[in-house]
Amino acid sequence: MTVEEKLVQWDPVDIKAKLIAKYPPKVARKRAKQIMINEALENETPEITANVRTIPGIITMRGCTYAGCKGVIMGPTRDIVNLVHGPIGCSFYAWLTRRNQTDPGPEGPDGENFMPYAFSTDMQEQDIIFGGEKKLEAAIQEAYDLFHPKSIAIFATCPVGLIGDDIHTVTRLMKEKFGDCNVYAFSCEGYKGVSQSAGHHIANNQVFRHIVGENDEVKPGKFKINLLGEYNIGGDGFEIDRIFDKCGITCISTFSGNSTYDQFASAHTADLNAVMCHRSINYVADMLETKYGIPWIKVNFIGAEATAKSLRKIAQYFDDKDLIKKVEEVIAEEMPAVEAVAADVKTRTDGKTAMLFVGASRAHHYQGLFTEMGMKVISAGYEFAHRDDYEGRQVIPDLKLDADSRNIEELVVEPDETRFAPRKTAKEIAALEADGLDFKKYDGLIPDMAKDTLIIDDLNQYEAEKLVELMKPDIFCAGIKEKFSIMKLGVPMKQLHSYDSGGPYAGFKGAMNFYAEIDRLTNSKVWSYLKAPWQESPELTAAYVWE
Amino acid sequence: MLLRHTPKEVVDRKALMINPAKTCQPIGAMYAALGIHGCLPHSHGSQGCCAYHRSTLTRHYKEPVSASTSSFTEGASVFGGQANLMQAINNIFTVYEPDVIAVHTTCLSETIGDDLPQIRKKAQSEGKIPEGKYVLGASTPSYSGSHVTGFSNMVKSMIDLSESTDVKNGKVNIIPGWVEPSDMEEIKRMAALTGVDTIMFPDTSGVLNGPMTGEYKMFPDGGTTIEELKSTGDSIGTLALGEWCSADAARTLDKKCKVPCKVLDMPFGLKATDRFVDTMRTVAGVSVSDELVFERGQLVDMITDMHQYFYKKKVAIAGDPDQLISMVEFLVSIDMCPVHIVTGSPAGKKFIKRMEELTEGIGCEVNIKAKGDLFTLHQWMKNEPVDLLICNTYGKYIARDEDTPFLRWGFPILDRQGHQYFPTVGYKGGLRMLEKILSALMDRMDRDADDAKFELVL
Repeated sequence: MTVEEKLVQWDPVDIKAKLIAKYPPKVARKRAKQIMINEALENETPEITANVRTIPGIITMRGCTYAGCKGVIMGPTRDIVNLVHGPIGCSFYAWLTRRNQTDPGPEGPDGENFMPYAFSTDMQEQDIIFGGEKKLEAAIQEAYDLFHPKSIAIFATCPVGLIGDDIHTVTRLMKEKFGDCNVYAFSCEGYKGVSQSAGHHIANNQVFRHIVGENDEVKPGKFKINLLGEYNIGGDGFEIDRIFDKCGITCISTFSGNSTYDQFASAHTADLNAVMCHRSINYVADMLETKYGIPWIKVNFIGAEATAKSLRKIAQYFDDKDLIKKVEEVIAEEMPAVEAVAADVKTRTDGKTAMLFVGASRAHHYQGLFTEMGMKVISAGYEFAHRDDYEGRQVIPDLKLDADSRNIEELVVEPDETRFAPRKTAKEIAALEADGLDFKKYDGLIPDMAKDTLIIDDLNQYEAEKLVELMKPDIFCAGIKEKFSIMKLGVPMKQLHSYDSGGPYAGFKGAMNFYAEIDRLTNSKVWSYLKAPWQESPELTAAYVWE
Repeated sequence: MLLRHTPKEVVDRKALMINPAKTCQPIGAMYAALGIHGCLPHSHGSQGCCAYHRSTLTRHYKEPVSASTSSFTEGASVFGGQANLMQAINNIFTVYEPDVIAVHTTCLSETIGDDLPQIRKKAQSEGKIPEGKYVLGASTPSYSGSHVTGFSNMVKSMIDLSESTDVKNGKVNIIPGWVEPSDMEEIKRMAALTGVDTIMFPDTSGVLNGPMTGEYKMFPDGGTTIEELKSTGDSIGTLALGEWCSADAARTLDKKCKVPCKVLDMPFGLKATDRFVDTMRTVAGVSVSDELVFERGQLVDMITDMHQYFYKKKVAIAGDPDQLISMVEFLVSIDMCPVHIVTGSPAGKKFIKRMEELTEGIGCEVNIKAKGDLFTLHQWMKNEPVDLLICNTYGKYIARDEDTPFLRWGFPILDRQGHQYFPTVGYKGGLRMLEKILSALMDRMDRDADDAKFELVL
């Protein structure tokens, strides 16, 4: 498959038809519901189908529940011993591969950091046959004796659920035995749910159940927030922290980039939850509100405009003149440098096209950065999102609970008897809403996409190639598994899970990094070497004329 | 310090593995299957396994790695994965059109007891496998063995395709074991130089070190073809490189088609390469080419020229059993002292015994562990520091903390390039290995030398 010269215009209906033409009828029917032509009246799918089973045999980008739980949510917390109960592979593959940066610096050279370690019970055949609880118990004891951590988290892999190891009882007993170490478990077997998304939910539940609220100590700071759904990939969180510090905003906890156990334990002492990645963390945001009275707003620190907007939203919430002024000063100070880089880069990127297939917020968040460079996103979609991430949270009441979602526990949370304290009165909330500050609101990706663009859920390898072949984007963004097949087609590819080796791309400095990176990718001469001179003009002359 | 919690004192652990020096079977099966031309590896389990294996292989080779999965959900895990696999086979042959699907199991499908041969038979009888196409199957439970076992099991399953027609094809089968595509290419080149006609399986050269042409081929030009795999049953013999990686397949072929086999060490370093070349010469009844003799001479030249830098230098090394045997032999042969040796694979007494024989008489105490981990290796290094660490990329955390020169070798290498393109097998590969060892040691000498003792010529 090769990419021919650029088409000027394409017909989305025709492209959709071509994407599914080769499928067996059942597969084609299912995929048709997950491919949406934006705002097209003739579209037979007014709502997009998402968070449904992956089709066996169709090469998917998705991973599993364990990856979402251990890899995404719990991986970036440095002082928890994350012990994987299962055969060795799951622990091995999640070992340092996600580029979550962490800085134990503030705690000094003795600060705890277990992230460079992989811990596993390395289950063997006899454990599968006779049960692995004894081995798990012994492994927890050995980890405790070796490291004396404040917390040990256990992650179940596929066979654990199948053989019925009661990991929650084992951890409860070990916690009681130790007295000074919080031990708990995640039933995040890979087969649960339909993607990583189920793992996020399971992680949210257990963090909320076992850690949040453990430390009531009131931390200093006037404007205290939690940043939810930020994972410090490539140092994104460091840049956001820099901006918060400059503005005088105190981040009590980040879920979960550059985080510690104590941050989670103290999360209930913040006064606002700012939600970055809606998909992976909205459960915690809702539960913090119900139990402790902390409202949440949607923010986005990807893109300079989005960063400025998010800072203004936080300042508006606290309704403090000094903070509002400080935020404006910081934005005024940071923006000129960003705009200068954007203006320069735009001379080369204006009008170029991009495709984004990643995560369940990145494919949305990164569109702002491309817009700032004058680029158009012609197709986008999520790997593991739900309908609300596409269409907005107003669809949540209409979501049908299928067999796969029903298996994921929904925590029932009540207001805390002593610690529930609404941070704003109903009147204050109403006034802020009247002033345009939306609470618990996320409009999703679709409203931000142009007419006739293609929105595709759970894009697979075959469709990715077809899409690139038919629509010829100037850049394609996805993950490591997709990277090199796209590049072989001669199309630049940027990983938006791990950023290749780049970053940060969040905040103001991150925006400049991203402009420069996309400029490099879309304007480099290295893509011109694909054909050798004799392939470009293969005609042989009768005799070579020596000069 | 990155591994700041690793204590010097070694305490025996019975249940907790820390910083593994192995991973699970299915990834080995996937790598082996990529060495068949026109093959789509298929992971029969939950989709996370497949995603992790593809990601790890992609990060190592920097090449597309296509593989599909049965995408088990909770329902499939309870009721069995047959329906998922049947559907997958149909979808794969319709959409991707491979010549062969190489299915491997996972801990999930093994624990629930899915019967691969039965499902395959059902797919066959229901016409889900098109005429002239094949489905291979290997049982690769993650809870036994290691990635090496998975590789071996998938190679063994390839013997399913071998046929004997009673007419010998005059070829020698070579099973290269889990080595780089560049190594497979080099082994073929050496065989060709020796004048031996070979069938190599699996063969990932041209698959996982392909060119950039503006064209994406889901099934690249490289790989052992189905015709070649069929023909292995008519070969005059099989050379299996590596007891753990390759012997099972060779013995299975011997049993099935009466193709005699010889199990050799992987040709890393002078002596193992000598044995490999000598065996090829003998089985094919030819004399060794002048070019190979010349290359051997160059390797010996480098060894003797640079001997002062190797002599008595202590090395810690982690890797897979077959690779370690030849590499430790190489290190000892140039008078280096491998003092800490770890494999994560459960290679057992056979491995330990071989290691003890190879390191006998080096004049140092030697720590050897099979089913070990990098945590233990690091602790040994804290107690007995070394001049060089040889390990996969994960070794860089140890090397940084202990300020030890570091050479990346093995799987996975996630942070340096070259392994896909430049072999470490054979005489040429030996030269490259020595170049890397010397660079690591000499960079350190340069870095640490006082101004007064800083040397121009080394």
